[in-house]
Amino acid sequence: MARMKFLCDADRCIECNACVTACKNEHEVPWGINRRRVVTINDGKPGERSISMACMHCTDAPCAAVCPVSCFYTTADAIVLHDKDLCIGCGYCFYACPFGAPQYPRVGNFGGRGKMDKCTYCAGGPQQDNTRVEYTQYGSNRIAEGKLPLCAEMCSTKALLAGDGEMIATIYRERVQRRGYGSGAWGWRTAYRTTVNV
Amino acid sequence: MRRILLAPLMVLFLALCAPGIVTQAQAQPARGAISAEELELQRMLQGGRIEGRTTLPDAQSEVLIQPAGKAWRDFHNVTLAWVGGIAVGGMLIILVAFYLGRGKIMVEGGLSGRTIQRFNLLERANHWMVASCFIVLGLTGLNLTFGRHLLLPIVGAETFTAISLWGKVLHNYLAFPFTLGIVLMLLLWVKDNIPNGRDIEWFKQGGGLIGKGHPKAGRFNAGQKMVFWITTLGGAAVAISGYMLIFPFWGEFGVAEMQLAHIVHSVISVLMIAAMLAHIYIGSIGMQGAFDAMGTGEVDLNWAKEHHALWVEEQQKRETAARPAAQPAE
Repeated sequence: MARMKFLCDADRCIECNACVTACKNEHEVPWGINRRRVVTINDGKPGERSISMACMHCTDAPCAAVCPVSCFYTTADAIVLHDKDLCIGCGYCFYACPFGAPQYPRVGNFGGRGKMDKCTYCAGGPQQDNTRVEYTQYGSNRIAEGKLPLCAEMCSTKALLAGDGEMIATIYRERVQRRGYGSGAWGWRTAYRTTVNV
Repeated sequence: MRRILLAPLMVLFLALCAPGIVTQAQAQPARGAISAEELELQRMLQGGRIEGRTTLPDAQSEVLIQPAGKAWRDFHNVTLAWVGGIAVGGMLIILVAFYLGRGKIMVEGGLSGRTIQRFNLLERANHWMVASCFIVLGLTGLNLTFGRHLLLPIVGAETFTAISLWGKVLHNYLAFPFTLGIVLMLLLWVKDNIPNGRDIEWFKQGGGLIGKGHPKAGRFNAGQKMVFWITTLGGAAVAISGYMLIFPFWGEFGVAEMQLAHIVHSVISVLMIAAMLAHIYIGSIGMQGAFDAMGTGEVDLNWAKEHHALWVEEQQKRETAARPAAQPAE
């Protein structure tokens, strides 16, 4: 089995937000929820970099560790998913997540955050693959169809890479060697406790 | 001679320049000089976050990586579990041991059969409003930390979610009557709960809990004053931090403030639960005649004299003064 990861090549990302749009459209993500976002650091200054960030599907995921109802699970491909039928919308995963991945629909009264929503790595949820119920709750399940996440597939500069960790690290390493620079794999140290050695 | 004097000056000059050189290098990095790995490691070790700008109208989304989440995770999973477990579990063990060792504290002079009013209807109603809210708030709160380990394996995932979801709703809504009750409690009882010299004496004598004899006390003894201040000050801290959690990311509050609010809220809560267990014990099975104070509001005169001698004196003096002078018989 593969160990699925995301890798954003910040030296290629042009902050076009196509990944964000693709994600929202593919899964019909409601207004106010962003499973993926592009953060620009050092904006307008030398050393400006844009990084597309979503759930990194961490090894030893903090969200799963703090969840009071244990609604998270990890798939065979090391994708971190959660069961919305068990989620109580307490917000703890947001406090623990280093990447700000968990999102909450603002429905109901105060404190009623609704079920948490986050990037599923286009792998749906615990419902049966590619059913209407799964789509409504979690969005489409491209992994079950043998496809990779749409954000990375649609990336115009191929900055955002998705796939097996070893494979995308090799692609990134080759790039950096050829062009002679690279700011590294953003979030990898935090999420996987590894880095891409170039 | 001059050279010798200059040398330390040169060193000083270089030392002053060095930080300037470093900051300049950081401000204008060459292509490829920014390293995700180094930045992440630095923020992890030194604290702080990697932040930037997004096009989204949401300040939370501007934080790329917040290493503080790890600290909060360790707090929630390790520190809080231990502090809460020891505080609540330890208090239960102490109370059982105390009950087995000391037994029920009886009224030494026996019940007199005559009673005196200790708490009026408003005081009792408010007490029970706060108490019932506190019990539900406490149990639903403990469920969020311990339920996963204690209750979830027994009842199963779906039932546990139903319990926790309703628990969360109750926890959120009961916060309001609880806060109102705390404010009322403060207004009703603060004048009798100002610490004074007698409280030190009460503590020195072990409050009559350990050993024999009752230290003199006014309307509230030092132990009750402690319960009062734990309830009002603790209640205020829990309420403020709790409202921050109910209204997430209100105003300028970001994830760091939410984490802090949770830490304050949970630590004070488990300590309050431990304190209230002792309060519940001594007000029910731990002491003869104590429950009546909050039950009917009328306590036995002998109980009152033993525990609150000064208060009884004061009450009786007031009663005598208020009684109209006897009319001479014609």
